Amino acid sequence: MSWLSLVGDLSDLFMLTLLGAVLGLDVVSFPQAQISRPLAAATIAGFLTGNVAGGLLVGAALELIALETLPFGASRYPEWGSAAVVGGALFAEQAEGAAGALTTAVLAALATAWVGGWSMVELRKLNARWARVRLDRLARGSQRTVIGLQVAGMTADLARGGALTLLALLVMRPVVRASVGLWAGDARLARAVVVGVAATVAAGAAWKIFHAIPGARWFFAGGIVAGLALLALR
Amino acid sequence: MSVPLAAAVEAPERELPLRVRLSMYLRLLAIQGSWNYEILLGNGVGFCVEPALRLLPGGVGGPAYRAALARQCQYFNAHPYLAAVAVGALARAELDGEPPARIERFRTALCGPLGSVGDRLIWAGWLPFCSLLALVVFGFGGNAPLVLLTFLGAYNAGHLALRAWGLSVGWERGIRVAQALGNPVLRHGPDYIGRAAALMAGIALPLALYRIIGEGRALTGGVLVAVGAGAVLLARLHGRVEGWRLALGVLAAFVLYSVGLHG
Repeated sequence: MSWLSLVGDLSDLFMLTLLGAVLGLDVVSFPQAQISRPLAAATIAGFLTGNVAGGLLVGAALELIALETLPFGASRYPEWGSAAVVGGALFAEQAEGAAGALTTAVLAALATAWVGGWSMVELRKLNARWARVRLDRLARGSQRTVIGLQVAGMTADLARGGALTLLALLVMRPVVRASVGLWAGDARLARAVVVGVAATVAAGAAWKIFHAIPGARWFFAGGIVAGLALLALR
Repeated sequence: MSVPLAAAVEAPERELPLRVRLSMYLRLLAIQGSWNYEILLGNGVGFCVEPALRLLPGGVGGPAYRAALARQCQYFNAHPYLAAVAVGALARAELDGEPPARIERFRTALCGPLGSVGDRLIWAGWLPFCSLLALVVFGFGGNAPLVLLTFLGAYNAGHLALRAWGLSVGWERGIRVAQALGNPVLRHGPDYIGRAAALMAGIALPLALYRIIGEGRALTGGVLVAVGAGAVLLARLHGRVEGWRLALGVLAAFVLYSVGLHG
């Protein structure tokens, strides 16, 4: 490996880590603009890796799955920001049309999202510990403590997202490369399985979210008919 | 004697300096920066209200400032976007010199409605709607910038406007802000957005599926039938299985099988 390509690899890794950190922060702490949703996060990662269309593809598949996990209150959910960066980058790095690339990238993102969800819970516990030992200062109305806790929480979240992205890329990259190299199946079938699973989760999620709204099931059914008609006309 | 509704809900007019308003608005974007399982949003609310508290007699560090900041950093729970209503109203209540006990009761009373309304309107309505709208654009063959612009543009137009409205209405009405939660958008919006999102879901699923699989209607048709059956099964399980965990398991098994075939 030449020095030039090593520098290029490290620079890519640095940029993706930074992106994972920023998007991990967006999930809850700042600014919750949903840049961390898979559709955006994986596409931006694909752009950084030089394959924006690939990033969009894996982002769309992950977004279908992410429809099920909405960030309600204190509920525990997968962390999609850093995870989608990992999935988008890993897919974008594979040769175009490589069988198994989408499947393994989505799997890597799901595994990262799982660990990411756990890391968010740990961060919340850490924030609680920091707040607990400063309760007396909060009760005295200390401006420094209020701002300090806020900045510390966001910094820790940024570091969490960055560390998670870096670790996931270092662990998953060789696994994804090896899996794609050993893949013994049809590329289109592999994509069909991924999107089939993702769309099943999305349809189940749509039902869960909307079935209690009066008339929504008819809108859903109407949408399906319209979608199928549009597909038939193409 | 009847009192006109506007007079009943509006607090006496009082201007919040633009610099302070902007500072509070920007801080609202970081309101969950120290979210935790003990005081939840408490410190975040204190952090957002703080620029307004500097206007209290005695300024930063004065007894009024310290007492108010301490009150505002206690336990608080609400939807992060609609917490802007609370931040505006609490800042107004503090600057109007409302009695501390009244502010604390008001603060507690705000938690429930601001949480449930926000969850229904944003997490179960606006977010899935924008996501599905972007997936429709993707399914129609939209390129990356168009898909991202659709999703982030639509979502954040609503998101940023809601935070700005919340801060503004909270400040204007102060302790009388409860009536603002009867706003038609908050009351009926979730149902309208929900129906629109359900329609988008129906359109997006077949189109997105087709684009990801690539050419081949027979395969797409087969997958759609499988998706329908799988979705019915998931719906019948009614939350006993998390779909993303199921996806993780199925895809892991599929990868092992496909790689194993090589050997």
